[in-house]
Amino acid sequence: MAAVQSIVPGFDVARLRADFPALARRINGHPLAYLDNAASSQQPATVIDAVADYARSHHANVHRGVHTLSQEATALFEGARERVRQFINAASIAEIVFVRGTTEAINLVAQAHGRPRLGAGDEIVVSQLEHHSNIVPWQILCSQTGATLRVAPIDRRGVVEFDAYLKLLGPRTRIVALAHVSNALGTVLPIADFVAAARERGITTVVDGAQAVPHLPVDVQALASDFYAFSAHKMYGPTGIGVLHARESLLAAMPPWQGGGDMILSVSFAGSTWNHLPHRFEAGTPNIGGAIGLGAAIDYLGAVGLARIAAHERDLLEYATARLATVDGLMLVGTAPHKSSLVSFTVEGVHPHDLGTVLDSRGVAVRTGHHCAMPVMEFFGVPATARASFGLYNTRAEIDALIDALLHAIRMLR
Amino acid sequence: MDLADLYRDVIVDHNRSPRNRGQLAGATHSALGNNPLCGDQLRVDVDVAGDVIRDLKFEGSGCAISTASASLMSEAVKGKSRAEAAELFGAVHRMLTSDAAGAATLGKLAALAGVREFPARVKCASLCWHTLNAALAGSAAPVTTE
Repeated sequence: MAAVQSIVPGFDVARLRADFPALARRINGHPLAYLDNAASSQQPATVIDAVADYARSHHANVHRGVHTLSQEATALFEGARERVRQFINAASIAEIVFVRGTTEAINLVAQAHGRPRLGAGDEIVVSQLEHHSNIVPWQILCSQTGATLRVAPIDRRGVVEFDAYLKLLGPRTRIVALAHVSNALGTVLPIADFVAAARERGITTVVDGAQAVPHLPVDVQALASDFYAFSAHKMYGPTGIGVLHARESLLAAMPPWQGGGDMILSVSFAGSTWNHLPHRFEAGTPNIGGAIGLGAAIDYLGAVGLARIAAHERDLLEYATARLATVDGLMLVGTAPHKSSLVSFTVEGVHPHDLGTVLDSRGVAVRTGHHCAMPVMEFFGVPATARASFGLYNTRAEIDALIDALLHAIRMLR
Repeated sequence: MDLADLYRDVIVDHNRSPRNRGQLAGATHSALGNNPLCGDQLRVDVDVAGDVIRDLKFEGSGCAISTASASLMSEAVKGKSRAEAAELFGAVHRMLTSDAAGAATLGKLAALAGVREFPARVKCASLCWHTLNAALAGSAAPVTTE
């Protein structure tokens, strides 16, 4: 089992892997090497059990009933919100809005914060490495308000050019929306510098933290971002639940986004009054089980320790980068000096889609395609890449399996 | 799942050395196809005289399945009437999606029969046919099989 051990002292990968039932699967006769964590990570049994336990024993609607189950469900749901607050060190639970995921969070900010404030001639700045979910909501907002979308360029390594970004910040810039970590390239932005530059100019800052929270500690008070969004399913939690952290003063000034139950204090045909924060932005019955699962995922990350996870993943990144460099005709796409634990690449003479199929036949799960970042593909002049993205449970042995499968694909198809 | 059934020798050969690749100078019909999720992009040029497909060339970038399928299609439809090409498309589509019963009559195109076992790849193999269809129909909008 030597290959399964981590170089990080006390980080027992074999024991951690046993926490994730899906990792025991065999795919096409091979042990599963799950290297698609940037798309969605597997769930530990504690998350699966927390969701199931709620469904089995505590299910009821929240914030409504006086009966026992409703009170239990409310306590579990609001308990998860408090865990989220601690996880990102938010000032108050009033700032934690449960949403479906990062995409919904960004759309909420665009429509509830952006739309009433922006007009013709105003500008929104994003970077060239954004996920489509941090591009399209702003394009829609631009078409609604007459605002203009401006793009901070990246260099050949996939690093957002800070000086060019500063030059884009002008008197009409109203919103800056940036990924903390790039899903397609792995680039980690020095996000505090980007946020500080915008704040100095009175510009609202929106951070897409979907690829950051499973890998590095986030403190929204230290970062001083106005909005920070992330999804549970990329941090070992369930799908369909995510978080929008919003500065309370901004949230209080925003009109409701969706109307319905739970977001009101009173309703009459003469008019309705809005509920307190954050419930004003959570119309309808929420994803209660999802929130409870997210709380359990936060507990799991806390127990393992983000610092130790980061050290283990850094080792995987270095090992994978060194081994991929030995593959003839392989080009890494995304070579920023500060990267998250993923490798995006193309192989000369073998299309990424074929790589994906051949790798799957060997039990190796990677993502192939444009990674919902078509402008990034266009910049690097490739139609698609293959991407292996690592999580806390991956091993050097799985990277060896990736390399073996790559060599097999090249022998077969080049 | 047998990978050798997907990447048969004929497929690998047509991917490495695609036939009829390039632009067709005297094209009477052209169309674009793309599958943005995979990054497949294809242009099909056809020279139709009367009712007969006199010549066909394709250009673009795609996976082995999409490239080989376009190459095999280009060989298969040359000299065929529009109706014969449409019939061939129907037979290929059945082979890719439902059953391989008719595959024996398809000649080299039967090499694509293994695609059926890989549902995610059916769109790769069928993109060129939909693009040819669009070209013959004179459609201006790019087609996609996603």
